[in-house]
Amino acid sequence: MSYSDEFTIGGRALKSRLFIGTGKYGNDSMIPQIAESSGSEVITVALRRVDFSNAKGNVMQQIPKHMQILPNTSGARSADEAVRLARLARASGVGDWIKIEVISDTRHLLPDGYETAKATEILAKEGFVVLPYMNPDLYVARDLVNAGAAAVMPLGAPIGSNRGLATREMIGILLEEIELPIIVDAGIGKPSQACEAMEMGAAACLVNTAIATAGDPVRMGAAFGEAVRAGRNAYLAGLGRVLGKGAEASSPEEGTLTGFLK
Amino acid sequence: MYTPLEDGFAAELKRIESLNVKAIAENATEDDVRAALGRTFLREEDFPVLLSPAARPFLEVIARRAQDETMRNFGRGIQLFTPLYLANFCTNRCVYCGFSTKRDIKRRMLNLDEVEAEAKAIAATGLRKILALTGDDPKRTGAAYLAGCIRVLAGYFSSVGIEVPSMTVEEYAMQVAAGADSMTMFQETYNHARYLDLHPGGPKRDFYFRLDAPERALMGGFRAVNLGPLLGLTDWREDMAAVAAHARWLMRKYPEAEISISLPRMRPHTEGGEVAFVPEDITDAILVQAMVALRCYLPQAGITLSTREPAWLRDRLLPLGVTRVSAGVCTAVGGHDPDVSKATEESGEDKPQFDISDGRSVDEMSSDLLRLGYQPVFSDWLLGGSGASELTGGVAEALRTA
Repeated sequence: MSYSDEFTIGGRALKSRLFIGTGKYGNDSMIPQIAESSGSEVITVALRRVDFSNAKGNVMQQIPKHMQILPNTSGARSADEAVRLARLARASGVGDWIKIEVISDTRHLLPDGYETAKATEILAKEGFVVLPYMNPDLYVARDLVNAGAAAVMPLGAPIGSNRGLATREMIGILLEEIELPIIVDAGIGKPSQACEAMEMGAAACLVNTAIATAGDPVRMGAAFGEAVRAGRNAYLAGLGRVLGKGAEASSPEEGTLTGFLK
Repeated sequence: MYTPLEDGFAAELKRIESLNVKAIAENATEDDVRAALGRTFLREEDFPVLLSPAARPFLEVIARRAQDETMRNFGRGIQLFTPLYLANFCTNRCVYCGFSTKRDIKRRMLNLDEVEAEAKAIAATGLRKILALTGDDPKRTGAAYLAGCIRVLAGYFSSVGIEVPSMTVEEYAMQVAAGADSMTMFQETYNHARYLDLHPGGPKRDFYFRLDAPERALMGGFRAVNLGPLLGLTDWREDMAAVAAHARWLMRKYPEAEISISLPRMRPHTEGGEVAFVPEDITDAILVQAMVALRCYLPQAGITLSTREPAWLRDRLLPLGVTRVSAGVCTAVGGHDPDVSKATEESGEDKPQFDISDGRSVDEMSSDLLRLGYQPVFSDWLLGGSGASELTGGVAEALRTA
């Protein structure tokens, strides 16, 4: 049984809440199969890897026509470089969506919140649908909301680490406080972790490394598609009560902290 | 005489030397190796342990970790590039080199038309990343000549690297302004005394001017720096420890920079049928140990592998940490465009700097990579060169103005 649960972002209604990537594959020709097995409708592409001269083909040609392309600014180290890459993306005809990645630490690959917010502000004013990759920090998230982001994309763990929801508590705070869709990006290594993010109330998950470097990427794409659906259904269904110690209702009794109320 | 940068790498190199890497490696035990491999992030002192004789029986285990780290950080993409030798005039006397001023070879430098013809021929193979090289002759092929060549190359390639003699910060900034984005500088050896033995004359003799060059390049605006020891010139463990320390130190000081390392092995250099220089024997097993240890210690550093290594070995080294390989290589000046090659032949300049062992073309390399489960990556950066000379339309315009 399936429930209607469309997700609209940047004016586009999406049925799948799994976003996939194009990096780290052994062969780009695998991408259409992964798009199909995962059911994903949004795919991110690093502009730096797009060979516009096209002499040897181009990753863009592998992307199924029905998919929304989410170009990203991987490699940008400043707001300025991110903005230039975004404008290049628009000029190349892939639309107005842009995932801002501004990373100025090549060892840990953590996003630079200040530069990301600056780029978001400039590009949102230019009419881009801006999805910034960010550290799950409440203040940065608020800056991004004010800057005009269409969603925020907090990392679950350092990019490529497959360590799962290491930032669970912080993402939980964003889910509480931020009205925009929260798309968990980076660090998700297993379908169960994507499922957990969705159970928590994330609007979507972006998964690349865990699929691209799996033994069988096509099958792993399917597994993530199912996990994201399962997590979303669980969230919509409303998780049941978890029995915990000492959470039982009782009347005040002698010898307890509230016994004097008797 | 050059005064080293006040807070440059020289002091850190002294500290690394004081650790006595050779002794750590000689005294390392199997338990030390196990302890090192038990850590998520390797410590500085773990690196010589992984290079030690005690680590040799663990080579397969270390290799597996190296493969995991490579997959996680870089996936199955391998960047492709080719070197373009612009000139081979050289005033240095490196005792191991085919371009040394002492060698009786014809000298030649490409003019800008020839650079353009070469660029077109190379770009037609699909490559988008190029590495421009010159010998060391500042009067003929110094910063101004190089910048002129780079301006031409930037029209054809999205990423332009340089591998040229050490320059000042201002000269590096000139190259960045012309469209270069990455800089390769092999220290050759980090052992100062040995360095002086091997470089008896010419501008390259200044050890510290070379040692600081990668940092000066970053100060001049380069995005990426590629370091390298020339393995075989001295104790390989000491040079590996020094180059890893150099990379780590640059990563800390310039966290935004992309730092990568090449692991070239010195080959015996023959001259008129006689062996002119005999390096220490860096066996395949040593090369593998050096590479996998490096990958485990610095999981995010790129590793470049040149065509000095034969095809069969390059293929086997790929999973161990390699992220970038050259293809379609010619190490003589001007050998890509038919007319330029003819001019090169006529000039008598047909001696390569070193003999290549992997003659695969870009197409052959690409199909071999795909067969091995790797994807050739042609473009990895867009805001260096526009690469738009032969493009039209909105993207070309955007690339030119980006």
